[in-house]
Amino acid sequence: MEKTKYKALVEKHTPKENRLYNGMVAFITGGLMGAFGELLRQLYAYFFNIPTSEATMFMIITLIFIGCLFTCFGFFDKWVNFAKCGLIIPITGFAHAMMSAALEYRKEGMVTGIGANMFKLAGSVIIFGVVSAYTFGLIRLLLGGIA
Amino acid sequence: MIFVNAFLFCGFVCLIGQMILDNTKLTPGHVTTLFVVVGAFLDTFSIYDKIILWAGGGALVPITSFGHLLSHGAMDMAMDQGVMALFMGMFNLTASGITSAIIFSFFLSLIFKPKD
Repeated sequence: MEKTKYKALVEKHTPKENRLYNGMVAFITGGLMGAFGELLRQLYAYFFNIPTSEATMFMIITLIFIGCLFTCFGFFDKWVNFAKCGLIIPITGFAHAMMSAALEYRKEGMVTGIGANMFKLAGSVIIFGVVSAYTFGLIRLLLGGIA
Repeated sequence: MIFVNAFLFCGFVCLIGQMILDNTKLTPGHVTTLFVVVGAFLDTFSIYDKIILWAGGGALVPITSFGHLLSHGAMDMAMDQGVMALFMGMFNLTASGITSAIIFSFFLSLIFKPKD
């Protein structure tokens, strides 16, 4: 079969996704996550009497814990399928990526399984984060003069 | 009011991510990586700090805040001690997030079995 014909055939049978619906769902879920994070932050600051910068750490740890735990119970994957970027872009997506890699490779053993593969999906976030932060930091130091 | 701002900002970031995901062939891994780089870039000229003042937790929840915290920690240290401190301060602020993600995933993966 010719390549173009094949391509047309594939395109015909690829399920069409409703982009507007996906976008609205992602907007609302992501927005609720953001508001929930702000709520947690203020609750922690209020109940433990700590500055909001420390409460931010608590909030991020709580969200990561929630993401890990719900991935273990198995229903976080269904939520991600429904909300897509609404749950992938918040920090829960990072926790979800690490947790599912750890769960998946667990049968290969502690060291070669969990140890070697835990950062399989989430590693790119850390690598590119560090590389870009270093590059931009260097640029800013060069532009602003060394303090 | 800050809750509305948090809702709007976090929702807006997720909406952009969803639009990139739907209209291009990039995978979710590409999108999250892209957002971390954007976060690190926005921190370079202290734009992200202003967003955090405006949106509060809504700016700290998306993955862009991860890039912001990496960049922020490195810059804080570098302002005090010069160029070499860029290496030292990188994980100052994100340490809690990365450590907790590692600890929770390790111990929970020992307890739970993969579903499906």
